[in-house]
Amino acid sequence: MIEKLIFELSNPGRIGFSLPEIDVPQKKLSDILPQEKLRENQNLPQISEVDVVRHFTRLSVLNHHVDKRFYPLGSCTMKYNPKLNEEVSRFSGFSDIHPLQPEGTVQGALKLMYELSEYLKEIGGVDAVTLQPSAGAQGELTGLLIASAYHQKKNHRRSKVLIPDSAHGTNPASVVTAGYSPVQVKSDEKGLVDVEELKKLTDQDVAAVMLTNPNTLGLFESQIEKIEKIVHDVDALLYMDGANLNALMGIARPGDMGFDIVHFNLHKTFSTPHGGGGPGSGPLGVKKHLAPFLPVPLVEKKKDQKESYFLNYGLPDSIGKMLTFYGNFGVMVKAYAYIRSCGASGLKNVSESAVLNANYLMASLGDYFDLPYKSFCMHEFVLSGTKQKKRGVKTLDIAKRLLDFGLHPPTIYFPLIVPEALMIEPTESESRESLDEFVSCMIKIAKEAEENPEIVKSAPHNTPVLRLDEVKASRELNVRWSKNVK
Amino acid sequence: MEIREDLKYTREHEWIKIEGEQVIMGITDYAQGELGDVVFVELPKIGNKVEQFKPLGTIEAVKAVSDLFAPLSGEVVEVNTRIETEPSIINQDPYGEGWIVKIKPENTKELDSLLSKEEYEKLLEQH
Repeated sequence: MIEKLIFELSNPGRIGFSLPEIDVPQKKLSDILPQEKLRENQNLPQISEVDVVRHFTRLSVLNHHVDKRFYPLGSCTMKYNPKLNEEVSRFSGFSDIHPLQPEGTVQGALKLMYELSEYLKEIGGVDAVTLQPSAGAQGELTGLLIASAYHQKKNHRRSKVLIPDSAHGTNPASVVTAGYSPVQVKSDEKGLVDVEELKKLTDQDVAAVMLTNPNTLGLFESQIEKIEKIVHDVDALLYMDGANLNALMGIARPGDMGFDIVHFNLHKTFSTPHGGGGPGSGPLGVKKHLAPFLPVPLVEKKKDQKESYFLNYGLPDSIGKMLTFYGNFGVMVKAYAYIRSCGASGLKNVSESAVLNANYLMASLGDYFDLPYKSFCMHEFVLSGTKQKKRGVKTLDIAKRLLDFGLHPPTIYFPLIVPEALMIEPTESESRESLDEFVSCMIKIAKEAEENPEIVKSAPHNTPVLRLDEVKASRELNVRWSKNVK
Repeated sequence: MEIREDLKYTREHEWIKIEGEQVIMGITDYAQGELGDVVFVELPKIGNKVEQFKPLGTIEAVKAVSDLFAPLSGEVVEVNTRIETEPSIINQDPYGEGWIVKIKPENTKELDSLLSKEEYEKLLEQH
């Protein structure tokens, strides 16, 4: 290994931290804990402070992260996370509170949650929001359970949920988890939902239709008004997977398009660290007719008193709780800080720049890679590596070769309807220079695929570890280290 | 890429070989190439009834999970347990050691809806 594990750096007697003198009466551990719970040796690493700091600094440099270089991972919206968000989330009034504290002592935190819900309502064009879901997929499940409660209340018997073939894999998974059967709707030659096919499939057995808009090809579903009518004609619900909301802020609102339910990915659109950098948060917004089914508690404001916030558990039709307590609060603080520091016009700028950056990359790369859908894109677009594949260079090889240039590869082999797909989302964070750098690396790889395919096929060459055995990793994954086994 | 003369094919890139009252089924060389390294196959149980062109199991590669479709209606009479521990033989020998299941078909007329070598070649040209 290029970096030893912290346990291997351990030397008996070394200490990295000195505890302050104890200022309460001392008790013996054996007086508090039962004998069988006491251990002499905890096997904790013994290291000095400087060695701990150096160890983790070295690891952070080996890792790829958005603070280091470009990270165009499609549909994941790996935008830069402003440090202001981190600072605000560490205010002691946010970080040192307990979820069981009396409401009167956490009014600031409740106010923040209330106002965040209000902002999301405005951005999404919805009437009510729960902040509880802990990530996008849990938002989806919450939305589908709400759809199920809605149909039960109306005595509807429904078993199916329609999903386009370009959907995120979480959509059908959430559908099955919620007890429905997913039914696939084909995309047309433009990469949009085939409206005729959707019409044929939409009957009295359909509980909901889940769409992502813009879809995973980065294309806006321009027939959304027609679709909305088809869905609502049978009293089914229209769900929007909000993963791609970064294309729409301040420009178009899911609620105005006729969506009944939408989830927000705070960790994507609202710039909180994710992808190993922090937990997610997937608030869910609904229209008025679905608000009674939202999970409890909701943060509400007392109208008769001056600025008083409380947790409302009194929703008799609620689907119940989706998570312990109220959701990932620290993520909410960061998203709140982001929304407040951007402001309404700033969020609109974010979406406009994200769309502009994606179109700039698409136009710059269109001559070198196959572009299956040629119309203007929204915040992301999909290339196909079929041209390179004819030279024996697969999309996986292109992705690995990008690592040699210090760039994170785009999402590959998704969406499934594009062969050898490369799904690229630059986000608004990137300067013209960093976009140009990515373009020049991609063009270089396209040329290598023509002239020297071997160098691409055997990539990466410059990374701390070279090509991984993904089959072995997938079948015999072993990430457990034990002191005695080498 | 190999397409064999003596086999019949489906549009979902499976092959079958008729062996007496049974058919052997696997995925084509093209399919294994497109999938990449196979890491897991979910096999049906022996005795399961399957319906033509309906899923009978799943095949998982590093990059995606796909359904396996029954080429014919009938009963599963044997499964290749070797691919449970050694799925890579599907990549190495898709028409031989990498076979997946044996089915006892209930309606031989369904054979008419399968593709010949030439028809399958044509299908691949469109890809």
